[in-house]
Amino acid sequence: MRIVVLIKQVPDTTEVRIDRETNTLIREGVPSIINPFDMYAIEEALRVREHLGEGTVTVMSMGPPQVETALREALALGADEAVLLSDRAFAGSDTWSTSYTLAAGIKKLGACDIVLCGKQAIDGDTAQVGPGVAQFLDIPQVTYVRKLDIEGGEAVAQRMMEDGYDVVRVPLPALFTVVKEINEPRLPSLKGKMKAKKADITVWTQADLDVDPAELGLDGSPTRVVRIFAPEPRGGGVVFEGEVDETVEKLTAELLPILRGDS
Amino acid sequence: MSSIEVLEDRCVGCELCVKACLYDAIEMRDGLAVIKDNCTLCGACVDACKFDAILIRRKAESGLERPGESSGVWVVAEQRNGELHGVTLELLGKGRELADTLGVSLEAVLLGHDVTGLADALVAHGADTVHVVDAPELEHYLDEPYAAVVAELVGRGRPEIVLTGATSIGRSLIPRVAIRVKAGLTADCTGLAIDDEENTLLQTRPAFGGNILATIVCPRHRPQMATVRHKVMTPLEADASRKGVVVVEKVAPELLGSRSTFVEFVKDVTQAVNIAEADIIVSGGRGLGGPENFGLVEDLARVLGGAVGASRAAVDAGWIPYSHQVGQTGKTVQPKLYIACGISGAVQHLAGMQSSKVIAAINKDPDAPIFENATFGVVGDLKEVLPALTRKLEAAL
Repeated sequence: MRIVVLIKQVPDTTEVRIDRETNTLIREGVPSIINPFDMYAIEEALRVREHLGEGTVTVMSMGPPQVETALREALALGADEAVLLSDRAFAGSDTWSTSYTLAAGIKKLGACDIVLCGKQAIDGDTAQVGPGVAQFLDIPQVTYVRKLDIEGGEAVAQRMMEDGYDVVRVPLPALFTVVKEINEPRLPSLKGKMKAKKADITVWTQADLDVDPAELGLDGSPTRVVRIFAPEPRGGGVVFEGEVDETVEKLTAELLPILRGDS
Repeated sequence: MSSIEVLEDRCVGCELCVKACLYDAIEMRDGLAVIKDNCTLCGACVDACKFDAILIRRKAESGLERPGESSGVWVVAEQRNGELHGVTLELLGKGRELADTLGVSLEAVLLGHDVTGLADALVAHGADTVHVVDAPELEHYLDEPYAAVVAELVGRGRPEIVLTGATSIGRSLIPRVAIRVKAGLTADCTGLAIDDEENTLLQTRPAFGGNILATIVCPRHRPQMATVRHKVMTPLEADASRKGVVVVEKVAPELLGSRSTFVEFVKDVTQAVNIAEADIIVSGGRGLGGPENFGLVEDLARVLGGAVGASRAAVDAGWIPYSHQVGQTGKTVQPKLYIACGISGAVQHLAGMQSSKVIAAINKDPDAPIFENATFGVVGDLKEVLPALTRKLEAAL
């Protein structure tokens, strides 16, 4: 039984701010972290291994050499092995090329029963790589999983919908993307951290994978970013300060016509 | 392969690129910018440099990857239990505009069982043609048969643009289709327009947790695919006199196979009003201080007949279920009135509600970013302001 967890190292975008004077990002001092949703995927993999009493949890990521830090963090939590797909040729990949490359990495591992991912990365925010990898591997998927039960080579998953959840049954191998409701991630143990420090991380480059170079990186990506800009604040509003009675009186006066439907 | 280079004779050491880099991948050495190996080639630095000192070299492009006519704007409709999702109608509204600009047809794709009757509504909302695949295997959404059938129809019809809603179903389905048809896919677009010179689709969307907007194109691959969230675009008024063609498509039975099985749907009963559809939303954030103060938010919502929303901070703290979360990783809403209580206005939250017609904010911090985005703001303690506001409005309405 092999469980693969796909993780991504991202800047902590919740800590990024915009410098209103220059309209640029203040990114200094913003740490690189494991994508928060991936922490839930790692935790779920560990729980599945514990529940089944067997299995190898392999954590995999695609990125530059510094991603090793993220992989070691995952090992410290309890993952058994870590693989980094790293090559300049992968740089600039959009979700298509990223899914292609990660799927090639998983295929190289050999037989795999479960692939777990976080629902989306907090930098790209696309939620496309999980389903993309599943399609490249030609395996079924369940996305937005809030509860996962594995029994006898089969999974029963609850997929979160806008107004409730679907219950879906799927045979393994399958890929699941998870949401925060699924579990509470554990903290690394001291023993885990020590083990992770000394662990060997396998690094695969383009040459190690069965891939067509034309499909990799910026050149292999069907989409292209042509412009990046900071959103303008709406502006033009009025702010009331002062005693509660006064400010509430003023706000009420502004809201009443809107609530009554006067145009 | 592509590469990035700093043209040393043009670099003046102003460090604008360092500030613009989303990935902390540029550093200064001897007064010149140096790109580190964690660069993702996103191009933010190229845009930021005022001296054209940064160059991203791409392999020379040679035109469309699969030349041949690709024409038409398609919307992949979403329906559940015989009801069309609002986002489908909104996309037909936008799709009509795009199709008219390009001078091509607007077509809808409808999958399900016993759903052919919905085709009329799709035509009334702008579609010229509706491709229907009606089969018992498609009664409930399942990733594999839906992806296989949509990919098959796209292969037959060769549209140049395919749009679908960025819903749980849409975001599960369309990436699989994009891989199958080898198309570029852009998620959660807030802007879609046609570039007048190239006739390509300009897709604008938030990224980096809503901190930036990116405009994306798909130069060589067709179709150009995009998802759009509910409540971002506007539907056309239904016009029952519009004429359209309904094509009942037949597909090979193998495409309808599914390894996964739908067991059941369990409805969320905690929400009195579905916030995505609400006209009035009162939202609480970290400033509430604790779950008990959500009662103040609920009181105001009740008086106004509105729904209760929440920021990520309040949901993460366990004060209210995730179904109420508004923002980049929650729901997008577009109510007539959004009242943000104890919410600082982080971009991730704004991304989910900034299209609200009127935004009112209550926060005790006068520098909270929410005030830059609110139509009306009150600086004050929400534990005092909210009850007073609720009382006054209840008396007046």
